[in-house]
Amino acid sequence: MSRRVTLKLGVEGHAGAEGVTRDVTVVIPDDEPTPWQLGDRLSIVGRETPRVDGPLKATGAAHYTYDIELPGMLYGAILRSPRPHARVRDIDLSAAKRLAGVRAALEIDDREIRFAGQEVAAVAAISTDIASDALKLVKVDYETMPFVADIDAAMTDSSPRVFGTGSNIGRVGTSSVGNVPRGLEQAASTIEATYTTQVQTHVSLETHGAVASFDSATGELTVWCSTQGIFAVRDDLAVYFNLPPDKVRVVCEFLGGGFGSKFGATPEMIIAARLAKEAGVPVKVMLPRGDEHRATGNRPSSVQAVKLGVDSAGKLTAIDLVQHGTGGIGGGAGSAGPFKSIYRCENIRTEERNVYINAGPSSAMRAPGWPQGCFALELAMDEMARNAGIDRLEFRRRNSDNPVRAIEYEIGARAFGWSEKSAAKKSSGALKRGVGVASAEWHAVGVSGPEAQVIANRDGTAEVRVGTQDIGTGTRTALAIIAAEELGLPIDRVKSEIGDTRFLFSVPSGGSLSVPSNTPAVRHAASRLKDKLFRIAAPMLGAEPNDLEAAAATIRVRANPSRAIAFADVCKRIPGDSISAQGERSPNYDGFRTDQAGCQFAEVEVDTETGIVRVVRVVAVHDAGRIIDPLTARSQVNGGVMMGIGFALFEDRRIDPALGIMVNPTMDDYKMLGSLDVPKIDVTFVEVANGVTNTGVMGLGEVAHVASAAAIACAVSDAIGVPMRSLPITPDLVLAALGHA
Amino acid sequence: MSTDDRKPRRIPAISRRSFIKGAGAVAAAAGLVRVPAAAADQKVLPAGVTESLGPAAESIELKINGQVTRLTIEPRVTLLRALREHLGLTGTKLVCDRGACGACTVHLDCKPVVSCMMLAMDARGHDVTTIEGLGTPAKMHPVQAAFVEADALQCGFCTPGLVMSVAAVLERNPAATIDEIKHATAGNTCRCGTYTHVFKAALSAAKSWTSKTAPTSRTRGDA
Repeated sequence: MSRRVTLKLGVEGHAGAEGVTRDVTVVIPDDEPTPWQLGDRLSIVGRETPRVDGPLKATGAAHYTYDIELPGMLYGAILRSPRPHARVRDIDLSAAKRLAGVRAALEIDDREIRFAGQEVAAVAAISTDIASDALKLVKVDYETMPFVADIDAAMTDSSPRVFGTGSNIGRVGTSSVGNVPRGLEQAASTIEATYTTQVQTHVSLETHGAVASFDSATGELTVWCSTQGIFAVRDDLAVYFNLPPDKVRVVCEFLGGGFGSKFGATPEMIIAARLAKEAGVPVKVMLPRGDEHRATGNRPSSVQAVKLGVDSAGKLTAIDLVQHGTGGIGGGAGSAGPFKSIYRCENIRTEERNVYINAGPSSAMRAPGWPQGCFALELAMDEMARNAGIDRLEFRRRNSDNPVRAIEYEIGARAFGWSEKSAAKKSSGALKRGVGVASAEWHAVGVSGPEAQVIANRDGTAEVRVGTQDIGTGTRTALAIIAAEELGLPIDRVKSEIGDTRFLFSVPSGGSLSVPSNTPAVRHAASRLKDKLFRIAAPMLGAEPNDLEAAAATIRVRANPSRAIAFADVCKRIPGDSISAQGERSPNYDGFRTDQAGCQFAEVEVDTETGIVRVVRVVAVHDAGRIIDPLTARSQVNGGVMMGIGFALFEDRRIDPALGIMVNPTMDDYKMLGSLDVPKIDVTFVEVANGVTNTGVMGLGEVAHVASAAAIACAVSDAIGVPMRSLPITPDLVLAALGHA
Repeated sequence: MSTDDRKPRRIPAISRRSFIKGAGAVAAAAGLVRVPAAAADQKVLPAGVTESLGPAAESIELKINGQVTRLTIEPRVTLLRALREHLGLTGTKLVCDRGACGACTVHLDCKPVVSCMMLAMDARGHDVTTIEGLGTPAKMHPVQAAFVEADALQCGFCTPGLVMSVAAVLERNPAATIDEIKHATAGNTCRCGTYTHVFKAALSAAKSWTSKTAPTSRTRGDA
């Protein structure tokens, strides 16, 4: 039972740029609301709405996993290997167990240590101090093994092996279209250079951790944890403890950051649950900061050899990338994404290699692979443009065929003042200004899977319940906005409840999936609920249910809005306490586009005497389908830019190759952006009606981060007239590039 | 000039707390010392030390959010952990555990301090205000309300610390400039990157800041 609807989709014109609109016919399930399209006038969607859980967060009343305290709860602590590669011969827990206040102790199953910081044993005690005292009493007999903690050394034949006798170089990932050697041959001009990026750690402010509680009466395991995917954690724990999934409940009401590092049941969650099982009381394990840096994930490094060719018309004839990188004992070091799709070229070849070293495992991190790939690609684009004598923005325009990005280039260039700034003569003084531009891309259209429940209560309020979680996006707010819009209610009459596997299923909050995957399910549920309310209201209004609409906190006759009843008065006729409806997320329709573009412009000031780089201004222009809350959306873009500044200038996970240990596992030695480093950031959204779902909303967390470091690196290179091919661009590198070192 | 009198972000590798916890008998830094119980009984104290506490738990009084509370804690317990683990005030967060990130910022006699770097014992005789003492969801402090309005928060974990830093600078100088606000929050790390909205919230709170809008429930020091 489906129907065909023709939608007006695309993007309307902006100052200086033509719009791109077209009629698209999509097939949608019968009771699905018609996707929002160009020209739809919405009441709450698109307006700035402060986040609904803001007051809880601003007053310290929001309860994160770290804040959960249960009666009789113990505190767990984890002993980690100080050695980068070893075999655990024996663990003696007896002295730790004898310490007064210690209630449980365990050994980790895995006996081979592959990085300094890997879990070895754990204890639970009546206080955090006693737990850490007890760790000092655990005796571990290690058989030391040779290790390698340097990527170049790891690639040599004589290197110690990280995994058994296997090579430290993983399987090569390749892609190829056209003929790159021929493309390079045909080029009027070529460039060839190697770009490198560092390892970045997530530094979620709430560390990884969990509170676990086994109920011996029901056999149920309840875990409060800091996670981006409550259902994934539930399934992993069910497998580990051999429980049916319905005997595992996972709760995450508030999450203090994740950035990709908090998917699935992580070791500390399993440890908390094992300790709780052994002790017979709840156990809380929250990682200390150093362990968070060392063991919970990172963005892999990269070494990217790039070749570009361009013809006499300034069109790319070849893009070639051969790269490798290391995520320690983890994979995912590829960075080819941007090379394959941001710019149009008939000949593209990429080769990616993972290199394993004895260091903490990588995990997904905000647009995995893309910030590092975008940095190399965009710096190469700048070098190519200069070589070919073309303005850098014009060079990008000529090689992008995305109509949305074309609009974004125009908006950004005007807001930034690209023509004047890029042509400005460099100062003869010590402070040099420079500008850069970089293009983003992501595909956050969301997936099917989530279901939502929307409830109308007798008191005239509504509730949304979805088993999703809020990584900081403002998920509760987004869901409440959608339900309020559909039900015609003000936002303060709608409550959002999330973060519990007792609610209906949802997908993990990663890949910028949450909002685009959940909002269509909520709108579907709210639309079904509305139909139920219309059936109650119809006799009250002497009308047919089909002739009614919900708007302005009333239910009214569409053709004659003065015939209206207050929404709350309709709710008073609800037979029981409440009525509810369930909605599901349909698969994506064939709408306008499923990709998103975006571009960022940066201006920097480089002190050529000290080498210090200051980012002066960033102009970020982005699209994410329909923007449902420009206020929280802007927060996400600001955050993506700021994390990009950190990646470009400050952050660097350092491992001593001789010792195999991380030398800066703190928040003072691991440098991050602070308030004094924040530039002026201007954010503009280009709204796209994509018709891909009933809301047409796309995610924004990742696309906002892809181009930031690249734009800054391009700007620094422009300022000093030397390409800065290695991140982070620290003062010593700037001085070396200037020949002052 | 910075209006923030906290220490800069970078601190020596050995914190005062780990110094005390690790070195045991070194007294001068804190004015209190762990001495063997027998020695303590005999009241034989090293020169310059006026008080002997611990290592066993001691009963102390703290004045938190205007209320005097008695609690029994080991002298090694930080003010942060006393607040969170003994008094149930979990709004104040531990993030870096070494005074580098500001998430545990509370007011001590109206001045911002990082509570992870202070022993609870050292808060005796002072007025401590935590995020909970500033306002509640139903009755927010003007700075908290401005944070919500400007969306100066994302995941929200750094937010209590940032609110405390901003409230402290505005308390001292309601006409604080953006530069002063930036310096006042220079010790607060926000990984979500919310700083621009924090500045906006702080400036908007500053604009509305009058003695009338300043909360009356707030604990003020004698000074």
